[in-house]
Amino acid sequence: MSGATDHTGIQPGEVTAFLTDSTLCIGCKACEVACKEWNGIEADGFDFKGWSYDNTGALGHSTWRHVKFVEGKISPGVGGNASEQISWEFSSDVCKHCEVAGCLEACPTGSLVRTEFGSVYLQPDICNGCAYCVISCPFGVVQKNEDDGRAFKCTFCTDRQKAELMPACAKACPTESIKFGRLDELRVEAQVRLATLQARGMTDARLYDPIESSVKGIHSMFIIRGEPETYNLPPRPEVPTVYLKEGWKSAAIEAVAMVGAVCASFLLFGRKG
Amino acid sequence: MSEGQSSSRSNFRESRLDEIRREAEEFGTVQKPGIRAAGAPLPKASPNTGYYNQPLFKEPQWTPLVPLYFFVGGAAGSLGVIGSLADLLGGDDALARKARHMATAGSAISSVLLIADLGRPSRFLNMLRVFKPQSAMSVGSWVLSGFSAFAAASTLADILDTQIDGSPIATFLRTVGRTGCTVLGMPFHNYTGVLIGASVVPVWNNRIRSLPREFGMSGLQSAVGLLELAGETESSALNAIGVFAAALESWEGLELLRTRDRALSPTKEGVAGALVQTGGILSGPVPIALRLASLFSRRNRRGLRKAAALSGIVGSLCLRYGWVAAGSASTRDWKIPLDIPEAGRVEASATTSTVAI
Repeated sequence: MSGATDHTGIQPGEVTAFLTDSTLCIGCKACEVACKEWNGIEADGFDFKGWSYDNTGALGHSTWRHVKFVEGKISPGVGGNASEQISWEFSSDVCKHCEVAGCLEACPTGSLVRTEFGSVYLQPDICNGCAYCVISCPFGVVQKNEDDGRAFKCTFCTDRQKAELMPACAKACPTESIKFGRLDELRVEAQVRLATLQARGMTDARLYDPIESSVKGIHSMFIIRGEPETYNLPPRPEVPTVYLKEGWKSAAIEAVAMVGAVCASFLLFGRKG
Repeated sequence: MSEGQSSSRSNFRESRLDEIRREAEEFGTVQKPGIRAAGAPLPKASPNTGYYNQPLFKEPQWTPLVPLYFFVGGAAGSLGVIGSLADLLGGDDALARKARHMATAGSAISSVLLIADLGRPSRFLNMLRVFKPQSAMSVGSWVLSGFSAFAAASTLADILDTQIDGSPIATFLRTVGRTGCTVLGMPFHNYTGVLIGASVVPVWNNRIRSLPREFGMSGLQSAVGLLELAGETESSALNAIGVFAAALESWEGLELLRTRDRALSPTKEGVAGALVQTGGILSGPVPIALRLASLFSRRNRRGLRKAAALSGIVGSLCLRYGWVAAGSASTRDWKIPLDIPEAGRVEASATTSTVAI
């Protein structure tokens, strides 16, 4: 997938994905920069948050790739670490392009759509800034730009993909920590990589791909070490449409009760006095 | 524990980070160029602290117009139902007319509030590009548009009546308007509960079942209150509806108090909690007491009814603003989406200290 050729050879209609491998990430943030450059989004400033060397903080309307800085346990021998050095685990976060996407379901204008590559795309020329997607994303990705008025998120470089180019972040990644390819192929590649890591003694390596949840799988999978919580990845993400049935049922019962109460009151006490 | 931490600190070579952390621990903040650190001790990323205690969810980005819209819309929808049923069943023409006109005005104000809150108000019509039953926002936009049209039709019928006697157009508009206002008034007065409940915000989706009931009854009560403040203090039917709505509101309030769930703490603590609780009292027990007292008082009947009305309206406003504020507070709780227990994970912290030693 991530060979030296420029063209991906992936045609529209094929489902594409990211596999972001934190065991290969060196935290250079080339993906963040490449994303900003290709998509023309504003800078976030250069201040360290203080709690780490992270100066990005979180994904947002102007941040579509975010390199997380996680301090792992001291694990001698793995990755060439000296015994008294902490092991930095970097992980480049991105929109998950969920199989069942909360933002897409919630969008009342149809601005958010499913692309021919299976990803979730926000059409800025349609978005009217209602901000309902913001509270419908189980990964806290979409955000409204208050200055612009519209919501923004990762486009999965759909424009590049249409030209058979890989997304800018994957292209810029110097260690191939960000792999881009067909979803089914990357799922296999992830298992192969995990087996390699396990064999090398990195027993806490695992794949984050919540297929069992109501999100039904993501198109941006992550190889991480240890618990997903450390990376702010929810162990059980939930697409909020799962609450709809209960909500509408309750609303219907209440509405009938209201009409009943109004009818009864006017029938019994309708005349003045 | 602090000894364990300092020993683990000397173990790694990230001396710059080390320095920042030490300073933050000592002074609470770090005053160095290029660093924005507040609060100490600065957490590490771990299964116990998530990603440095950073919240996963984004805060709702609605302006204060949205809770006001929840209030106006809830009242307008209920006024539409009252206005349509009052003259059909109760023969109270004056009250029904007032309710219809207020519903029309309310739906117009609702639209203005909703459009003003949009990031791109000029694109309001994009809401009507598609109809998505799986999006409460889409359903709500269509319900609001439809309700506004039907309410306007019934008001237009009233205006026609003052000009022409027995106009068939007026009869047609009234029938269509009345039916439409009843049918769409039902979802319009309580859909906002579903709207916020079907989101990722923990305090809201935790109450997905009660929010439509609470918002619906709150809307019904404000409708009654607005009619009473507009002079309809003689209608026993309105008083009965008011008691019914306040009784259910009290029950919902008690249920909320009784339910112990950490996702609900924003409704019990802080400014949001104070608003929700005050709202619950003002739209629950207070109006019930005032309305029952009005039945036995000859002199102060009107005064008591108006006091009950005002209490219900203020309570309803408090509830809407309180619940929306609680949503913001809820998204700042980084533990809930990561399934981390309130007190942290016992096992995990034990492992950490062994490593530190």
